[in-house]
Formats: sequence, C-alpha cells, structure tokens
Amino acid sequence: MPAPAIEFRDVTYARPGRPPVLDRFSLKVDAGEVLALVGRSGAGKTTLLKLVNRLLLPDRGSVFVEGRDTREWEPIRLRRRVGYVLQEVGLFPHMTVGDNVAVVPRLEGWPIERSRARVDELLELVGLAATQFATRWPDELSGGQRQRVGVARALAVDPPVLLMDEPFGALDPLTRADLHAEFHRIQDRVRKTVIIVTHDMGEAFALGNRVGVLEDGRLIAFDRPDVVAASREPLVRRLLDALPTVPRS
Amino acid sequence: MIKLLQFWIAHRVELGVLLGQHVVLVTASTFAAVAIGVPLGIFSSRRPRLAAPLMAAANIVQTIPSLAMFGFLLPVPLVGGVGARAALVVLVLYGLLPIVRTTIAGLRGIDASIREAGVAMGMTPRELLRQVELPLALPSIVAGVRVAAVVGVGSATIAAAIGAGGLGEYIYRGLSMVDTTVILAGAIPAALLALAVDASLLWLERQLSARRRSRSGRVAAFATGTVVAVVLLTSGVAARRSSSAIIVGSKNFTEQLVLGELVAQIIERDAGMQVHRRLNLGGTLICDGALLSRDLDMYVEYTGTALTAIFHQPITTDGAAVFNTVRELYAKTGRTLLPPLGFNNTFAILVRGTDARALELRTIDDAARESAHWRAGFGYEFVERPDGFAGLSKAYNLRFPDPPRVMDLTLSYRALASGQVDLIAGDATAGLIKGLDLAPLEDNRHYFPPYDAAVVARAETLLRYPQARMAIEKLSGNVSADDMRALNYAADVEHHDIKDIVREFLERRIRRAAQTSR
Repeated sequence: MPAPAIEFRDVTYARPGRPPVLDRFSLKVDAGEVLALVGRSGAGKTTLLKLVNRLLLPDRGSVFVEGRDTREWEPIRLRRRVGYVLQEVGLFPHMTVGDNVAVVPRLEGWPIERSRARVDELLELVGLAATQFATRWPDELSGGQRQRVGVARALAVDPPVLLMDEPFGALDPLTRADLHAEFHRIQDRVRKTVIIVTHDMGEAFALGNRVGVLEDGRLIAFDRPDVVAASREPLVRRLLDALPTVPRS
Repeated sequence: MIKLLQFWIAHRVELGVLLGQHVVLVTASTFAAVAIGVPLGIFSSRRPRLAAPLMAAANIVQTIPSLAMFGFLLPVPLVGGVGARAALVVLVLYGLLPIVRTTIAGLRGIDASIREAGVAMGMTPRELLRQVELPLALPSIVAGVRVAAVVGVGSATIAAAIGAGGLGEYIYRGLSMVDTTVILAGAIPAALLALAVDASLLWLERQLSARRRSRSGRVAAFATGTVVAVVLLTSGVAARRSSSAIIVGSKNFTEQLVLGELVAQIIERDAGMQVHRRLNLGGTLICDGALLSRDLDMYVEYTGTALTAIFHQPITTDGAAVFNTVRELYAKTGRTLLPPLGFNNTFAILVRGTDARALELRTIDDAARESAHWRAGFGYEFVERPDGFAGLSKAYNLRFPDPPRVMDLTLSYRALASGQVDLIAGDATAGLIKGLDLAPLEDNRHYFPPYDAAVVARAETLLRYPQARMAIEKLSGNVSADDMRALNYAADVEHHDIKDIVREFLERRIRRAAQTSR
C-alpha cells in the first residue's frame, strides 16, 4: 500500500499554558484524497492544518508529509509543496491579483513569460477572466472573488498537497454552491491531496471523500460521508441536526 | 515688512548661502537618520524585548533640549566640537526617534494573516521583508521621515549656536542686536522651508502608498527624491570653503561680532586671503574649545576672561602682568596672543541714568548701599564665572533680597532700562550705555581684572600665513575704548549693518595711518 500523503502519528500540541489542542491525535490521508474536517470553532482544525505545513511543530508525536517528518523537511521546500488557503485569504494588498498569484513562481525563479501564462491559466481555472482580473487590486474584489484568487495563489506552483481553511466560509449560499461545483471540477482535473476545514457539516459532506469530526482534540468520527451520517456520536448527531432542512409541503 | 524685504534683497547672496547650508544640514541628517533608523526599527520590531529600551532611549534623547545636546557633545572627540559635523550628529539623533517609531509601527500594523500567508508560501524572512513587510510599512516610514525632516529644519536653526551655519545665523544675530527684522529674516525662511519639506514629503508619501501607480511609477518617485537629495548634498559640499581660508570666530554679543568682522575684513583686504566667518558662537568656552579643536583659527578674547574663565588663575589687577601670564598660558597650548587692540572692555556695573543722578551713585560701593531694595540681572557667563557675581558680591558686600535674574546679556540692557531689574553687569564699551541712558559705576575697590581685548590665534595658522599675522597686527593699539563704543553704538542703537560699519572704520583708519606716515 502506498505511503499516505499526510499522516499524523500520536500528535500532541498545546499552546503554552493551555490544555492541549490536539491530544495523541492520529490521522492518515491518502494521496489524491479530499478530507473534510468539521468541528466547532476552537476544536483544533486550523492548528491541524498548520502542523502540516510546519507553521507549527508538534510537542509530541510526528506529522509526516510525503513520508517525511515535518521536522526533517527544509521548511521553505515543504511550504512550496503545500498550498495553503487561509481563512482570511491574506492577499497582499499592495500587489495586483496577477502579482499575488505569481508570488511563488517568482520566488521559484520562473521566467516572466511562464509566470504570466500560469497566472492566466489559474485565474481561468478558478473562474475569473484573466484579462479582467489580473490587473485588479484585492480591495476591488468581492469576498468570493478574493477567495477564488486565494485558491489560485495556493495552486500556483502546482503543489501536490492543498490545505484549505474555511475557504468558502464568508460566502452566500449561491456563490458557495458555484464554488463547490468548481472545486469538484478542479479536483477531478488535478487530483491533489486536500484537507479542507469547515464548520459546515453539509459542506463537508459535499466536498469530502472522507469526513472527519474533531472535538476536544480528537477525531470522534472519521469515514466516508454516508458512514459518518449514520454515526451515533452525540456531537455528530447535533451537527447533522443543525443542518438546515428545506420545508416540504 | 518693507524693512524685511529690503534686508533680504540687500543680503540675498548671504541668504542664499545660509539657506543652502540649512538645506544641506537637514537633508544630510535626515538621510543618515533613515539609514540608521529604518534598519534599527526593523531589527527591534522582531525583538520586542529590545524595542522597549530602544524607544525609551530615543524618547530621552528627544527630551534633551537641542542646545544642551550641542553643549554635551562639545568636548567629545570626533563627533563633538563646533561646526556642521557636530551639528549633524545632533540632528541625526533627533531624527531617529520618529523614524524608528514609525518603522516599528508600520511593521506591526501589518495584518497577521498577510504575514502568515507569506510564510506559508515559503518566503524566507528576507523575501518577506522586502516583498511584503517593507512595501506595506513604507507609508508609515515615510510619515516618520517627514516628521524627522520638519523637526530637523527647526533644530538646524539652533545649530548656528555652534557655528554650523544655516538660517539660525540670522536669528541669533538678530537676538544679539535685539533687532526683530533680522530675527524674522532667518525665522520666516526657516518656517517656509519647514512647510516646503513637509509638503514635498507628503507628496512622496502619497505617491508611495498609491496602489494605483504601477511599480515603475513608485520607483521613479523614489529615484527622483534620491537624485534631488544627492544633488543638494554635493552642491552643499562643493560650496564648502577651500582649505586655505582662515576661520575667524567670535562670541555672541555685538562687540564680538564687530571685532570678528574687523579681523576678518583686515585679513581679506590686507593679506588678500579668503576668510570663513564663524561668528556668533555661543560663548567663551565654545570659542576656546573651537580654537583647540581647529574649528577656529582665531578670535578676539579679553585677557581677564582668559585668566579666570579659561585658565582658572587667581584674579590680579595689573594689566601688563595679566597679559603676560595669559600669553604664556596660551603659548603652552599652541596658541599665540597678539598685542592688545587698545581698549579695556571691563565689566561695567550699570544702573539707570535716572537712578544714578537721583541717588548720587558714582561707585559700586554706592550701589551696595541701595542693593537691599534692588533686583539684579546678569548674563549667563557673569553668573558662572569666578570673576563674576560670586566674587563681586563678596568684594563689595552686595546683598540683594532675591537671587539675580539670569538672562541673555544683551537683553539685560533693555531689562535695566525698562525697570525689570535695577543693576546689571554690562560691558564698558557697550553702545547701549549711551543709547539707553545707563550709568556705569566706578570699580573703586578695583575688583575686576583688566579685560584687554586681543586676538588669540592658533600658532600654526600664524606661522603658515605670516601675511595674515601682519594684517592683524595692524589693529594692535589702534582700537581705543572710544572707537569701540562708537562702533557698538552704530550697530546696537543706530542699527547699521556691521559689515558696513567695519568697512568704514577700516577705511578711515587706513587713510589716517597713511596720512601720518607721510
């Protein structure tokens, strides 16, 4: 069996002077798989993501990316292979959309023409017309457009792993539905290993090959969506019950 | 207003030079403050434990009044002394606080998610700094540079006190002559300069934060600014005097300005040499120090002052003995005291003419009688010097109910005339004595040592330029007390231009000397 793309082995992480966010936590994500992580705010989802690209290091246990402990990875190289879409997106306000997307290619020393071509390709991929959007500034974009640019930026050098933190959180349901469809379209094409964090159970079901439910630093459910939907765990039931239902006559 | 315009037109060349010096001082110091302050700010924004003491230190520097700062640094080698170099050090120190502070604030004000995005993309700390942090902090940094530059324009006016040049020259000159026109002649251009600096840096700030502008536009704005600054600096440096000029200094009251001008002009006309004037320096010890540190080649000192204030010798009253003692002490430190100019500018204890006539006051003893209901006012030096107030009050048993008011020497004349004080220690040759109807009191107990005026110069300078020595020695014995009083009167009371007064005096003197030699 091929090595998992991402593996957490007995990971414990606590912020100084606080109870652990993750406590002897273990998890495996296979290559090309989309894992959707759900949980309440503060359950440790963002922390989990940051342990993958070494923005944080575990206090105990290890995190393996492509079979190597994150402690052994050269941080810069690791982060170039892991695309990260922040919850706040964090587009650079002093750069155009095109320059934002082209940041990592430029850091990698790509020739200008290749960078430009890649920017156009990615903007089209996330559904933004390159000719229109490449020269715009981040503060001219809507929330949804900004999040799409964030995804494009994370994909710039074609990293095999993608981490997305509530990427569609601030969007209205229609835009979100559009983006879900686009996500599937993109993932069918590029087949990345994705961990997507969301507080919305419905979104987790819609996007994930597997769904994990995180509570108090532990996975209380972790399986295919249909299996998780049938779980007896109280929190899972409550999350499921919280899903809006469309009134039927 | 008209007088002001006339002054500017009459002195347009000098105004241009002073303005240029001022601009160079401000530009050079601001640049240096940026070169030191921005890296310091970057460094300490990453180390919060360092930032706090650094800000505290910069704050303390800021609170020290600039004049005091100049004074502190006076004896310090390399960075201290007089002249533009020492002034630059002080101006840079004052520019550091706003720049460091706004650099740190600009860096701290960057959204954490932006930094996190940069790190997560695999930016090295240097890439993060150059591509993300500095561009975003730049508007804040430039705002700090703006503050530093505008503050610099103001501080540079004080730099004139240590002979650094600039528009402060007019302000100090105007203060010594109590001439508002001259004060404004310096103050108004300085204020306008501050406004211009503020406006142009505000423009730069806007250009750099305008995201609409392309990257090349921003670079162009920056490049223009740098080119302008470099041009100003090099033109200022090029305008510096050549090395074979003689530097003549003076203290900061009218008689000294006249004497300094006198020495300068006679060297220029009779020795045909270039003279660089550093007049209006802030006092005896500044001039003395400047002579030792080679920032001055010569100035006019008074034997009694040198004896007590510089060499700390006990007071004696024999004029010739004092002269010889002082000459030997100067010679030991590489300086030559030339034969006296011909007058004794002793301290004159002055009271109002009306009081002198009404109370029949002729001697200082008479004044001691009245001192119980009087207020005294003295200049800073008189209060500090051993041959000053301390010794005088002991010698004559002067008992004032309140401690004397301390003020600028020149202002004390007017304070006496207007009744704010009743007794001052002025100069025997002051023009304001006649001009304000003041009465000098006789030093009947012969307390004050003689203060014969004489040129003291660096021995090296006189040896290298014997023609300059010959020119100066023409003055020896040729400036009487009456001459000096008349010159002072023309400057202080009739408000004639000092350069003109001196030129006329020399022409009359030379003509008279030529006639007597026939």
